[in-house]
This record gives sequence, structure tokens and C-alpha cells, in this order.
Amino acid sequence: MTTFKYSRFVSVLALLVGCLSLPGFGGLAPQEELLTTTAEPGRPGGRLAIGEPFEPKTLNPLNAVDQPSLDVIRRTMADLIHINRATLKAEPALAKSWTATPDGKTLTLQLRRGIRFSDGAPFDADDVVFSFQVYLDEKVAAPQRVLLLIDDKPIKVEKLGQYTVRFSFSAPYAVGERVFDSVPVLPRHLLEKEYQEGRIKQVWTLSASPASMAGLGPFRLKSVAPGERVVLERNPYYWKVDSKGQRLPYLDELSFVMVPNTEAQVIRFMAGDIQAISPLSADGYASLAPDQQKHHYKLYDMGAGLEFNFLFFNLNEDTEGRLPEVARKQAWFRDVRFRQAVSRAIDRQAIARLAYHNRATPLVTHVTPGDKLWFDSSLAAPSQSLPEARRLLQQAGFSWKPDGALVDSHGTRVSFSILANSGNAQQTQSATLIQSDLSKLGMDVHVVTLEFRATVDRILQSHDYDVAVMRMANGDADPNPVMGILTSEGSTHVWSMGEKKPPQWQLEIDRLMQQQMITLDFRKRKKLYDQVQQILAREVPALFLVSPNILVAARENLANVRPAIMDNYILWNSDELFWRTPAGK
Amino acid sequence: MRQRHVFSWAAWFLVTVNAAALLAGFVAPYNYETQDRLRPYAPPTRLHLVDCEGKFHFWPFVYMTRPGGESLTEYQEDCGQRFPVRFFLSGDGYTVLGLFSGHRHLFGVDLPARMYLLGGDGLGRDQFSRMLYGAQVSLFAGALAALLAMMGGLLVGSIAGVYGGAIDDLCMRVTEVIIAVPPFYVLLAVRAFLPLQVSAPVMFLEIVAVLGFVAWGRPARLVRGVVLGARERSFVLAAQGFGASRAYLLRRHLMPLAMNAALTQMAVSIPQIILGEVVISFLGLGMSEPVPSWGNMLAQAQQYHVLTAHWWMLLPALALVPVTLAYQALADVLGSRLQSRI
Repeated sequence: MTTFKYSRFVSVLALLVGCLSLPGFGGLAPQEELLTTTAEPGRPGGRLAIGEPFEPKTLNPLNAVDQPSLDVIRRTMADLIHINRATLKAEPALAKSWTATPDGKTLTLQLRRGIRFSDGAPFDADDVVFSFQVYLDEKVAAPQRVLLLIDDKPIKVEKLGQYTVRFSFSAPYAVGERVFDSVPVLPRHLLEKEYQEGRIKQVWTLSASPASMAGLGPFRLKSVAPGERVVLERNPYYWKVDSKGQRLPYLDELSFVMVPNTEAQVIRFMAGDIQAISPLSADGYASLAPDQQKHHYKLYDMGAGLEFNFLFFNLNEDTEGRLPEVARKQAWFRDVRFRQAVSRAIDRQAIARLAYHNRATPLVTHVTPGDKLWFDSSLAAPSQSLPEARRLLQQAGFSWKPDGALVDSHGTRVSFSILANSGNAQQTQSATLIQSDLSKLGMDVHVVTLEFRATVDRILQSHDYDVAVMRMANGDADPNPVMGILTSEGSTHVWSMGEKKPPQWQLEIDRLMQQQMITLDFRKRKKLYDQVQQILAREVPALFLVSPNILVAARENLANVRPAIMDNYILWNSDELFWRTPAGK
Repeated sequence: MRQRHVFSWAAWFLVTVNAAALLAGFVAPYNYETQDRLRPYAPPTRLHLVDCEGKFHFWPFVYMTRPGGESLTEYQEDCGQRFPVRFFLSGDGYTVLGLFSGHRHLFGVDLPARMYLLGGDGLGRDQFSRMLYGAQVSLFAGALAALLAMMGGLLVGSIAGVYGGAIDDLCMRVTEVIIAVPPFYVLLAVRAFLPLQVSAPVMFLEIVAVLGFVAWGRPARLVRGVVLGARERSFVLAAQGFGASRAYLLRRHLMPLAMNAALTQMAVSIPQIILGEVVISFLGLGMSEPVPSWGNMLAQAQQYHVLTAHWWMLLPALALVPVTLAYQALADVLGSRLQSRI
């Protein structure tokens, strides 16, 4: 009898254990494999409010392309392998480790066990496979898809175990692990049904209820006040702890407050409505610099970031003959000597000094000195030389009338407009300085300022412009994300979109960029990328002007502020930020 | 007596300001686009009679300023050399109304010193010179657009008042629509149709046309009211009795009365239209850099550091005050004269 009772007890216990370990029962989850950070341990509590220039358009990573949306989503969601913004190196995130095959075609990721989404649901390989299935689905057309195509073929994803996933590339892919940065893992338990019904892009709008959303980021959605602010609260299931074993993040709340322009952000910062500005404009920096100690805030100048301002000529082919005036001017723009002359006439130092209060670095290519690994230090930013510019123009068949006006070989006055975004004071000032520089060569240059959308529409859609100034940022300190700008078929190859007959030097850039993408050895890649930079410096399809310094402002008692040169400059380690004094006072 | 005094002061002030704007090339010491890249946001230059050593001089002079201190915009006077203020000195070339050109300026100082009477902007351009050139756009666009609006109002208002009936109804409904149209959107639409590269004179005419187009509604209603009232007056009825045609009545009797009303309305609307131009340029839809207008000059003062550290960048806004007051004083006087005639 006793034996029977004992065996029955063991059976019941075994059954109970078996049932509890089933996922549907919540399971006897494996022990949490948490990541321990090395940052200074802090104290929990307090709120942080930061300004955003406009309202996020969505909270759905499958739709998000605007910066405010990305800023919020990157705080609520997490990626498998993350680029540390401080070291610019790939480091473990949801994947605790990975191994690559020697041919560079396969990566096997070991996922963290026992961690949970912000709604308490467990995370495993099924979530990863589901996420990449969604991102790679052509019908979904997620913005991440293009990043996950190697050699025009999608990455293959296989589940090898509950916490093991294998990714296969169709061709060797250099720094394959960097692909995973900013590709957030989606919660399968919340989105699978919507995906199967083809509604996945319609969910997680700004009006979605916080209960319908979950992520693996340090914060989760608390509330949205349309047009005013988005409030996030601490995710109690977050998978990082500090060296004292305290679970991150420290802050109870993180708010994104809509403040329409950088000047207003400075005023709200001074008033204490927001406690950090990222990024801060050079003008804002100049305004705030004198009162740092008096008003207890700190400004950070991180030097050149990955952002670059550039001027480019409209070299788009007008096959339909819609824009005869532009086509006429393209005869000048297509002559490399004309482009070189314009480049030598521009005073980049003056742009850095006057438009950016000396907080910018003159450039020769799109690779900024901030991108230390890839910057070709043998190339120097061109200094202004009007005699050299005149010599180049003369060589190209241009001449000057007695009144100093520059004319081409047919006697036509060289006259064109520079398009700039009216909402960006630095861009308008840069264009005005360039206009003044070029007028010294006898060119009749007009600065045209249009609001941002009209400017982008002309550049990307109608191609109805002569010359434009624009600002862009490299998405990563690696050559691969700039493929879109530099290669002739790139989606942001703004100076000549969808080029049908690229010139020889452009074909060479295409070849070198493809080559570096599949080269695994860093030194060989660097050599290839250096060659690309040298071609750009010689052929000047675009004139790279300056790289603005990364500037941010934060309250003095906000700790662990370590601004980075990749976005978000200040919130990239929002999980580590804490207030030294209680409640952020 | 007091009214006449106010009128003459206002008239003389406006004549002086407009003449200075017309002769901006001569009166301004520099061209509006002349930059001094080593002196961004230079403060107003101090005129001295006493030098650094305490010695008195009968002729005013300036010292050259050099950047000093940590900030790019802190300057110190260099006492090493005095630069006396000179009249009719040679400088940047200019043309007046495209009719004659010159390079002599009313006053200035020799290079390398610079005389920033009202300070300099972020690119080291002289604010005083840019304000004078900017007045050409802001004041003349206001006056011309108001003239255009008055003529349009006079025409439509007179026709509506004289003919009455369906024509009156039609004219007034169109007028109401015009009054309701915000100029900002008209300008956006016109800008979308124009080519990207527009020369300064074409842009000026565009601004005049748009501001004039949206401003003729109110004078039209006023003129119609005056004509309707005058139609019943004895001398008009007498003329009608003698067989005068409508055209004759309009030309001989009604138009002179309506003209006074329209002139008064014009004086009222000029400052409003000037402000309209300032707003349009402030929003980046008017004159493009480097051509100045008071609006695009003020656009630079949007920046917080400009507001707090470089007060002289707000002077174009200050200049609007006496101009507006002067036009309003004129309107008051004209209005009371009209009242006494009616």
C-alpha cells in the first residue's frame, strides 16, 4: 500500500512537472540568461523627457522610416546582435553568442534562454524565425527587407533548436553580424494572426492600446497623447542587469515630447520641460554654452559623426525630354572639370565656421573623420582656390565676358539654382555662402529654398532642379549601408537615380562596392573602400561639404550619459541612464 | 492744425524712408551681399570722437574690430589705427533702378575697417545696408500691391455700385471669396507653377501680384458702398435727369468721391500688405537669399542664440513700427477729410 501510494505520488509529481514545462502553461522556464552591463550602477526611479521634432508616425517597425518612430521603437524592441554605439563593434544582444563558418556564408546564433517579452510571454527561436519571415515577405514590403538581401537574394533562416537559429547567405557577406542591428524581434504570440490575415502593417498604430503591444526593449508603451507626447514605462522583464544585479532600466518613464524645431527645443530645455536634446544644433549649442554651470546642464561635442552635408548636380537622364532647361545645364554638370572647379571654389572652412559655429569638419568624401576605421586619411578636404577653379573652367572651354560673367563655349551665361531645405538654417546659410563663392567665378547662382517635402519630391521624384544641397547620415560605421548612395542602382543614388549608362568610373565604384561586400578580410575591404573614396574625390559626382559635429545637451545629474556618433546619440543606452538625485530633480 | 502737422510729419518721414530705399545703393555703405567672413554677428560699430589714449578728435572715426575671446562672435577694438568716417568714398558697385550705376557711397570707412552702423549678420553682411535694400522689397512691394488692390477695388466696386442688380450680386460674391482666400496658399500655388530659378525682379512682381490680388476685396466693398450712397445724391440725380450716361456719371461724379475712399483704404492697407510681405518672406516663400527683405532678414532672428545674443538682428521688426504708424497717420488724416467732404 505504501509502495502504491509512493509510486502514485511520484507519477502525479512527474505529470505536474511535465505539464508545467509545456509552453501553454507558462512552463518551468529555463533560468534567465541575463546580460550584465559594465556601466556605472545607478539608482532606480525618475522620469526623462526628450524632445522630438515631430510626432512618430507609427509604433510598428514594419512601417517606421521616420526618425521619431525609430527612436521610440528602438527603445521598446531589441535586436539579436547589436552595434554598440560607443565602440561601434557588434556585441551580443538577444543572441548571447554566434559562430560564423569560414566561407562567411553561415551564422549560427545561440539565443538567450528564459527571457520574456514586456507582456511576460517567453521568447525563443520561433519568434526569431517568425520575425525574419515577416521582414523578408515581399508582400509586407518592410523597410528592413532591403538590408536582408545579400546579392539580391534573401537571407535563409532555420530553427535548429528552441534557442538556436541558423542564418545562411547566398554569397559570402562581410560583417554579416552587423546586419542584425536595428532589426527588432517581433512577438509571434501577438502578431502571427495579423500576419496570416495580411493585416500586420495595420497594427501598432499610435492609437493602439499598450496591452496589444510587446517587445524586448528596455521600455514598453504606456500612453500616447496625440500631437503632444509618447510615454514609455519601464519593462519589468528586461534582460539586462548591472554589476550589482539590479535589473535595468533605471528610469520609470521615458517621454518623447513633440517640440517642432530645435530652437523651441532649446527654450523647452531651459524651462526644464525636457531634460535632454539629441541632436542639438550648432546654433543651439552656441545659445546654451554660456550658462552650463549656472543652470546645471552639460553640453557634449562628440566631434564629427557619420552625418555629411553635400552638394550634388542633377545628372539624372531625362529620356522623355520633360526638362529641357535642366538638360541644357547638364552639359556643364557632366564635365568633370566643371564639377572640380565648383568644388575648388567653395570655402568649406567658412561653411564650418559660419553656418556651424566651427562645430563641423570639412569633407572630401562621404566618409567622415568620425568613421575612424574607414576614413581614408590620405585624402584631404579641398581648400578654396579660385585661380585653380578658373584654370579648370578655362580648360573645359568656359570663358569670361568683360563684365566678369562666365559663359560656356556657345556663349551662354552659366546660371543655375541651388535647392535647399528652408527648414534647415545651416543648409540655407551654406547655400548662400556657396552662391557667394561661385559668383566670384562669374556664375549666376540663385538660392531656392523650399520646404522639406517639396525639396525631397523634386530630388527623388520629378528631378526638376539644377543643383541641391542635402544632409545624409551613414547608417553604420561600415561601407555596406552606403551601397544605396554610391552604387548606380542604389535607391538613394540621388545625383543620378536609376542610371542606365553609368560612366566608367561609376561602374568601377559599383564593382568595388560589390567586391568589398563579399570580402571577409578587413584590410582588403579597407583597400577597396579607399579606392572608392579616391574615385569620388577625383570625379566629384557630389561635392561633400562638411560633417556637423554630434552635439547633445543633458541635465548635469543625468548619469551614464555617453553620447555616441550613431543615432540615437543620447538614448542608445537609455537602459543605463539614471538620475543621481531622486526623481530627476 | 494739429492734423496738418501730423500729416506733414508722416508724409516727410515716408518720403525720406522711401527715397533712402530707392537710393539704397548710394546711401548704403556696402552692397547687400558683401560678406566679411571673419566678422559674423559683428555688433554695431562704435563711432568715436575720443581715441583710446583719451585724445579728442573733431572728426568721427572708428576702430577696426578683431575677433577676440573664446566665442567666434566676441570682438575687440584694435586701437592701433583710426579710420575716419568719409563721405562719397568709392566702394561696391551698384545701380539705381537699373538706370544709372555708380560706386560712390554716401559715407563709409576705408578698408580693412568696416562700419556696421546697425551691426552685421551671421555671414558678416552689414545690417544697415541690407535694411535699406530690404526696404526696396518690403516697402515698394507693399505700396505697389496696395495700388494694385486699390485699382482693382475701384473698378469692381464702381461697376457693382453703378449697375446694381445681378452684376452687383456677382461682383460682391466674388469679392467675398477673394477676402476669404489666405494669401499664403495663393503664394504657394503660384510658386508651384513658376520655374525654380526665378530672378529677383520676377519674384518681386510675383509678391506684388499675389498681395495685390488678395487685397482688392475690401476696397471694392468700400467703393461700392460710397457709389451706392452717392447715386442718390441730388447732383447725381440732376445729371441723370439731364440724360447723363452711366459712364459719364461714373467718370464725372462718382469716381472722384470713390477715389477718396479708395485712397484712404490704400493708406490703411499699405502697412498691412507690408506686414504680409514680411510674413511671406519670413516663411521662406518670398525673396530668396542673398536678396534681402525685412521678412527674410527677420527669419534669421528665429534662432534662439540670435535672439539672446545679437539684438540688432531684430531691427527690421523695429523699423516696421514707425513705417506702420506713419501710414496709419496718413490714413487718419485722409479719412477725416473724406468724412468732411461726404
